[in-house]
Formats: sequence, structure tokens, C-alpha cells
Amino acid sequence: MPDVTRIALIGGIYSNYHALNATLSEIERRGADATYFLGDLGAFGPHPDRIPELLIERGIPGIQGNYEESLSSGATDCHCGYTDPRDNFYAQISYDYTAQHTSDSYKRWMGTLPPSLRLNIGGTRILLSHGSPRKINEFLWRSTSPQVFLSKMCDDYAADVIACTHSGLHWHKELPGNRHVVNVGVIGRPANDGRTNVWYAMLTVGERVGVEFVPIVYDHGALAREMRQQKLPEEFIETIETGWWTTCLEILPAKERSAGKF
Amino acid sequence: MTLTPQVPMRALDTLWFQVAGTICNIECAHCFISSSPTNRSHEMLSLADVESRLAEAGTLGVKEYYFTGGEPFLNREMIPILAATLKQGPATVLTNGMLLRKEICDQLRELSDGSEYSLDIRVSIDGYDRASNDAIRGAGVWDRVMIGLSNLAAAGINPVITVTESADGVRGEDGRTRFLDLIRSLGFAKPRLKVLPVFRIGAETKRSHGYEDWERIPEHVTETEAEVLQCSSCRMVTSKGVYVCPILIDVAEARMGDTLVETLRSFPLRYGACHTCWVEGVSCRT
Repeated sequence: MPDVTRIALIGGIYSNYHALNATLSEIERRGADATYFLGDLGAFGPHPDRIPELLIERGIPGIQGNYEESLSSGATDCHCGYTDPRDNFYAQISYDYTAQHTSDSYKRWMGTLPPSLRLNIGGTRILLSHGSPRKINEFLWRSTSPQVFLSKMCDDYAADVIACTHSGLHWHKELPGNRHVVNVGVIGRPANDGRTNVWYAMLTVGERVGVEFVPIVYDHGALAREMRQQKLPEEFIETIETGWWTTCLEILPAKERSAGKF
Repeated sequence: MTLTPQVPMRALDTLWFQVAGTICNIECAHCFISSSPTNRSHEMLSLADVESRLAEAGTLGVKEYYFTGGEPFLNREMIPILAATLKQGPATVLTNGMLLRKEICDQLRELSDGSEYSLDIRVSIDGYDRASNDAIRGAGVWDRVMIGLSNLAAAGINPVITVTESADGVRGEDGRTRFLDLIRSLGFAKPRLKVLPVFRIGAETKRSHGYEDWERIPEHVTETEAEVLQCSSCRMVTSKGVYVCPILIDVAEARMGDTLVETLRSFPLRYGACHTCWVEGVSCRT
């Protein structure tokens, strides 16, 4: 049987340290040769400092998201890439809270993170990015990322596998020539499907590349309680408690929008 | 001598089709290309035209396709055109909503369900009610659009309602809320709204006025700064060739070539409409 390398990829964490703990335990239980985070450690949830603390303590490498880029450069907003006023209104609440509660030393550490990472596993070239390899805040949705577009991106960036996050919804497309684009999803909030669990991705790289999305059930009630204590918007808490997105909805394409409750 | 800033071409992400040419069943007072029942400056595109452009677009890695006019549903091949497009990528149609008969809406729903890609329908209105809308779009338009929207709702299609800033107060919070309430009242539980500025070219120059000489993108704007403009990632196909963007199709110099690939180069931002895009941060994309 050929060697297979297992790589765990954690998307946007959004300060959800309950989910991060549960995810790291699950990765340990399943066994992985390496684990990486893909950025957006803060936003949405409470106590943002707990995420870098945990990642540094566990020695987990990763890349910048737009949040880390903004926080480390002192930007006044998250550069999330929304265009609708309501989306931006809630994004600003998230960013202001996170910026206020992230210590300067962690902001500096965020500035040292690379914007992307390249891995080569037995000749398979893997590129880890946040939004997309070309733009940190590009939203790659399943229903608006056609094969011709993704194949060109693999060509342009000399990659067999491109992994990304940012949009919040996980998907995987296999392209001709055993090439793959994977949006690993996020562990910060549920996937707008009425379930409270979150998702990370396990990549298996051998003769073929495989992608498994792993659901993580965590103590979302505890997270919701802490979000209330921190006076974060009730809309955010509702998402954690119900699994339906209530904010940042206008950016969704038709198919993804129709799948949600709001 | 002043230097004209240039917008670079990053990647052709968004391909527009002037699928109905400049032919429209109405004559909006603010139409930046003066579309009308008799304006033939750009002709309709055929299914074969679109298919050959899709083949070109496939080799260039295009991400999404937009269809506009004139009124796209005046094009008798619109449904087959969308079917061909949705095999390759996501599609958005900009319509005045007047021709959205029940059968058309059912076909759109079928196309949407049958594709892995999103099909978005964008319906333009210009006011909260019959009087304000029809003042811009023409007598009787409101009532027909309401029927079209009701057919969309019945087919389970949730359109994006597009409103131009000519609509009173739409940029403000109150105006926005009023529009969202209106959309909800039409049977759309998840209201979607996009507000666009008015381009002071075409018919709009008679309704208000054209651009002043000073309304140009400043010469110090660098190519990197100009990359935020939609023309760094889009092109427009009309019956006359490939243009830089969906707005400037009446400007001869904005025609950049016959094939897509020869238009993948920078473009001088010397027009009044460029100033609107720059100042307002406009993207015609949804």
C-alpha cells in the first residue's frame, strides 16, 4: 500500500476557541501528519486572544487571513470584501470588538504570518491560501467557481491542490489531471444548514488526493453564553445556536442564499 | 500635457453580453445607453454568437457571465443562451422584469435547478411605488413588473432588485429599509437589494446633465490603485465587438478588439463615467 500523508486544514476560527479545542482533539484522535490554519483567527466570537495562545502553544503553523492582515497593520476595518451596507455594519462590530480585545503582542505575531504556504508532498504541489491565491479576501463559492476558472488558477499558481477558506462554506472540486480546489470551510460558525456543528478538512495525499470534510460538534451553548456576556450582537449568537446565518448574507450567490433560512 | 491614468487588466473574471443590443421595450429616462424599441446601435446576439464567446472564455478561465441589454428577454434565444452558459459557469441576467411570464419563470427555475452554478435574476425598479417608478421608466411599467415579480416568486426564484440612485433617498438607511420592506411585501422573504449610481451619459444627459470637464479620474491615480475598478477584470461583448466595460459601449474608443484575448490589456480612464465608477466604487456586478 502506498504511503499516504494526512494533512488537517482548519479554516476561519472566528475566535471560537471551544470549536478549536474540539477540532484539535478530533485531529489528534484521527491522526494527521500535519495541521495548518488558514487565517481569520478572530471575528464573530469572544476572547480573541485565546486563539493565538492555543495555536502557538500547540505549535500549529498557518497563514494570514484578512483579519490578521488588518489587525497587524492597524487597519480600521477587516477588509472582508463585503459590498452591502448591512454586511459591512455587522462586519465592523466584529472587527472593532476583536481589535479592542487582541493584545499588541499577538497583533505583531499576526504580522509575521505568511500570506500563503506551499507544501510539496511526494511531488503533489499544495498551495494554502486564505481567500484565493490571488486575493486574500476573494470569496470562492461552489456555485460561482467554475472549472475553467479553477483550472486556470492552478496553472497560474503552479499548484495541484489549492486550499482556501474565507467564504465560510466548504466544498471540493476535482479538476482534470488529478488537480483539486478545496474550500476547507470554517470552524468559527456553522455552515448555514440549520446544524450547529462546524467543519474542517482532512486532505489525504498519496497516489491520489482525497478530501474529507469532518463535522465537529462542540459546546456551542457555552460559546453562546460567553458571547452574550461580551454583549456581542444577538444576531451572531442566533447563528451559533441555530446553525443559520443571520448576517453577511448579501454576499451569497443565488444558490447558496436559497439554501439558508435567511 | 496631462497624463491619462490607465487601468491594467488583471484577469478576465467577468464577461458581459449585450445580449439584446440596445433594443428595449421601454425607454427609461436615465438609460446610459439610451436603449429603446428603435435604438439599433448594437444588435441582438444570437445563441451561436454567445456559444463562440463561451468557447473563447473557457480558454481564458472566465469566472462568471452577465447578460444585459436593452431587455434580454426580448431575445428569443435567451433561454437556450442561458442553458449553454450555465454548463460553463454562473450567469446573471439584468432585466426590467416586464417579460417575466409564468412559463419563462418556470424555465428559469428549471435551468437553475439543473446547473451546479448560480443563476441570478436582477430586476430593475426605480421607485417605491407606481408614480415614482413610472416617472423614470414609463407609464404602465410598474404594473407589469409587479406581475413579473409575482411570477418569479411563484417559481421560487429570489431576484436581486436593482435600484438606481435616482430613486428618492435609497442611499440612506430609511430609504433602504423602505425598499427592503417593499421587496418583502412582494413575496420575497429574503430581500436582496443592489443600489447603483446614475451614469450621466446617454438619455440621462437630458434628464439631468452630462459630466463636467473636471469630472475625470485624477492623473496621479496609479495602475495599482485603478485595479479596484471593474474594468480591470471585465469585458463586454456586443454585436460590434469587445468593449472595455458594460457602460462605455457608445464610445468608439472603448471598443478594444474583435476577440477577447486581444482586449486583455490596459485601458485609458479618460471618460466622465470612469469618474463615477472611481468616486462611487461602482461595480456593475451583483
